[in-house]
Amino acid sequence: MTQEHKHRDDLSGVDTTGHEWDGIRELNNPLPKWWLYTFYACILVAAVYWVLWPTWPYIHDGVWTHTNGVLSYVQRDTVRQELAAVAAGRQQTLDQITKTPIENVASNSQLMEVALAGGKAAFGDNCAPCHGSNAAGSKGFANLNDDDWLWGGSLKEIQQTITHGIRWEADDETHQNQMPRFLKDGMLPRDQVNDVVEYVLSFSGREDDKAAATRGAAVFAANCVTCHGADGKGNKDLGAPNLTDAIWLYGGDKNTILETVSNGRGGVMPAWNSRLSEGTIKELALYVHSLGGGK
Amino acid sequence: MATAREPGLRVPGMLTSASWATGAAFVIGALWSLTVAAKAKDWGMAVHAWIFLAFFLGGIFWLGLRHLNAVEGKTDDDGTGYNDGVIKAGVIATLFWGIAGFLAGVYIAAELAFPLLNFDLSFLSFGRLRPLHTSAVIFAFGGNALIATSFYVVQRTCRTRLAGDIAPWFIFWGYQLFIVVAATGYLMGITQGKEYAEPEWYADIWLTIVWVTYLLVFMLTLAKRKEPHIYVANWFYLAFIVTIAMLHICNNLSIPQTVFSSKSYQLFSGVQDALVEWWYGHNAVGFFLTAGFLGMMYYFVPKRANRPVYSYRLSIIHFWSLIFIYIWAGPHHLHYTALPDWAQTLGMTFSIMLWMPSWGGMINGLMTLSGAWDKLRTDPVIRMLVVSVAFYGMSTFEGPVMSVKEVNSLSHYTDWTIGHVHSGALGWVGFVTFGAVYCLVPWLWKRERLYSMALVSWHFWIATLGIVLYITSMWVSGILQGLMWRSYDTNGFLEYSFVESVAAMHPFYVIRMLGGVLYLVGGAIMVYNCWRTIRGDLRAKEPVTQDDLAHRVLMPSPAD
Repeated sequence: MTQEHKHRDDLSGVDTTGHEWDGIRELNNPLPKWWLYTFYACILVAAVYWVLWPTWPYIHDGVWTHTNGVLSYVQRDTVRQELAAVAAGRQQTLDQITKTPIENVASNSQLMEVALAGGKAAFGDNCAPCHGSNAAGSKGFANLNDDDWLWGGSLKEIQQTITHGIRWEADDETHQNQMPRFLKDGMLPRDQVNDVVEYVLSFSGREDDKAAATRGAAVFAANCVTCHGADGKGNKDLGAPNLTDAIWLYGGDKNTILETVSNGRGGVMPAWNSRLSEGTIKELALYVHSLGGGK
Repeated sequence: MATAREPGLRVPGMLTSASWATGAAFVIGALWSLTVAAKAKDWGMAVHAWIFLAFFLGGIFWLGLRHLNAVEGKTDDDGTGYNDGVIKAGVIATLFWGIAGFLAGVYIAAELAFPLLNFDLSFLSFGRLRPLHTSAVIFAFGGNALIATSFYVVQRTCRTRLAGDIAPWFIFWGYQLFIVVAATGYLMGITQGKEYAEPEWYADIWLTIVWVTYLLVFMLTLAKRKEPHIYVANWFYLAFIVTIAMLHICNNLSIPQTVFSSKSYQLFSGVQDALVEWWYGHNAVGFFLTAGFLGMMYYFVPKRANRPVYSYRLSIIHFWSLIFIYIWAGPHHLHYTALPDWAQTLGMTFSIMLWMPSWGGMINGLMTLSGAWDKLRTDPVIRMLVVSVAFYGMSTFEGPVMSVKEVNSLSHYTDWTIGHVHSGALGWVGFVTFGAVYCLVPWLWKRERLYSMALVSWHFWIATLGIVLYITSMWVSGILQGLMWRSYDTNGFLEYSFVESVAAMHPFYVIRMLGGVLYLVGGAIMVYNCWRTIRGDLRAKEPVTQDDLAHRVLMPSPAD
């Protein structure tokens, strides 16, 4: 089958290499000029990069090193410089926000504009994973748009909560109080737990068993009023939620309340002072306060 | 077909020393699998040990059955003198895994648009299904296509039968075993966590055995060729097989917790591990998805077009420059990371220099059509092959552009990368494979032509529309993502949080999913068409052109 003699392709008039494989031949066309010159140009571009930027590794005095390039470019230095430039641009305003008492920032429209923008950015990066990008929360994570605040909704109180967190062990000033595990720890027998749940439901007129609810009033008075108050309206100094409204952190149906009373609750929020600057926390507090529910 | 043979001449299939050695290896493998099944530290390892056991027992049974058939005079010899049985099996496996891989892709695309589709089930989660998709399309669909076509091409262009009798079948079934072990492992959460190299240590060792056998079979076939020169397609296939062996071994160096555990620990750590991983990952693209499929292109395009390859000189220069330069380009996957600056510059500049070597293949593919451009109109199979080469050219231009650090700082970690990969995968790898399959099915099963050329046309247009939807939506979403991430407001704060950029992707994810659905539908049409062709059906109302008749090229028999 092999034909070593010259063979010409009739259609193109170009010689083939003379070989044939399963009916396939190859034309002896030269390299396309544009292809070759573009290839050379690419090599040239690469060589220019090698001159300008760090590229080739070599051994010098027994140690691996590399050519630095005439630009002496170091990627990490560039990042450091860029971050420093951004920080410097914001530093003056941030310093001013840090120094100014939070209420005064709120009344200074110039500072407030920066604070709200910074708070929104910090919220998206740090708070949204739990509280949601729209701050509406989810089960166990508070909705920050409404005016119901577990630990207080004033600017100062929000700042305090963000700074020191909730039940964050590493922070001495964190909000400590916690819902006990009444059934699990044997503080109340099962029937009394059921009674007090019926009583809690009766605050919003949803009790199933009036007799149980009446019995539960006594249990409530003996165990719950210290934190939730005699009227069940809660106490934000202790982080005790209002039990009479329709806003529930974990859910207000009978089974969930039963679970809460039996096994307790102790959701945790980090103390952000270890990660964010005081100024950024102030910005966050102002932003959260501005979402609609701030007091 | 029983044929009278000279006394003393071995009938293919009868037990030889090689069969006995293979049988002994299978018995040892079976005993070892049983031991692992009994002592496995985790249930995934136990499941895999049972799968391996079934494979080895099946292998022993097959060797015996083959011997008995040979004694009775039954062989799979079809008269061509070539070993085509294993290629037929490879074509069917290509079709099967193609559909499986496209389906998995569509599902995870739907999960990205509608996350609730994971139903909170671990084995349906994106993290487990994503490697299932990538492995199914790259290694199962692409790998089977490469093995099958390389076996076909090397036999035809060397005019000799494939080396070995058992070995080709061992490669085929051993490769399917690797795929099944890898895929079931992903679903059970067994992974090394290395992209495109997720299978754990024992699957890697198995693949090494299969792959080295593949290399030997391919080289021994080349060695006994009856042509004085080695055809260019075989250079590319050989470069693909050799380099993948090297990459696979280096990137999977790890130490198992115990031999009874599915978990292993990588030999390298930190940035060294990352660099080895992307040296592997990038060259998996370079030598599996580029060099291997260029081998396919170099046979099927000139064969189908019935035209000589455009330039022999170009094929030499672009082959050597491609394989020399490609191997250095991996670091461009690690721009702006802990990787030292000098390695980043090298990776980027080699990627720029890679542009023309890649395009050499495109020029040779497209220009081979010169003098036969009318076939684009008359033959949808040629159209598929040519469009695949066009997509190849597009993605091998886009790649060097994205490797430039300034571009990469925008495109990295965004959907642009996903779009880039898919213009290569769906457009180039997919279409060139479809073209080859449409050629091979009538040739292998000795049919006059495909069941329906009209269905090939439908496949072409539906799949092309799918690709366009896919890559355009990913370009838009990728650039949008990149811009949102780097956007600052007037006060110097980031304008968008990450989650806002995720929410902005939703419409594009829906469009991408629709693109995937179209591509899958095209694949289903192909499977139907191939199935009818294999059955021996011919669609009655088909305009039969001269081309259709010309494609049935009679294969010369090896001069035995």
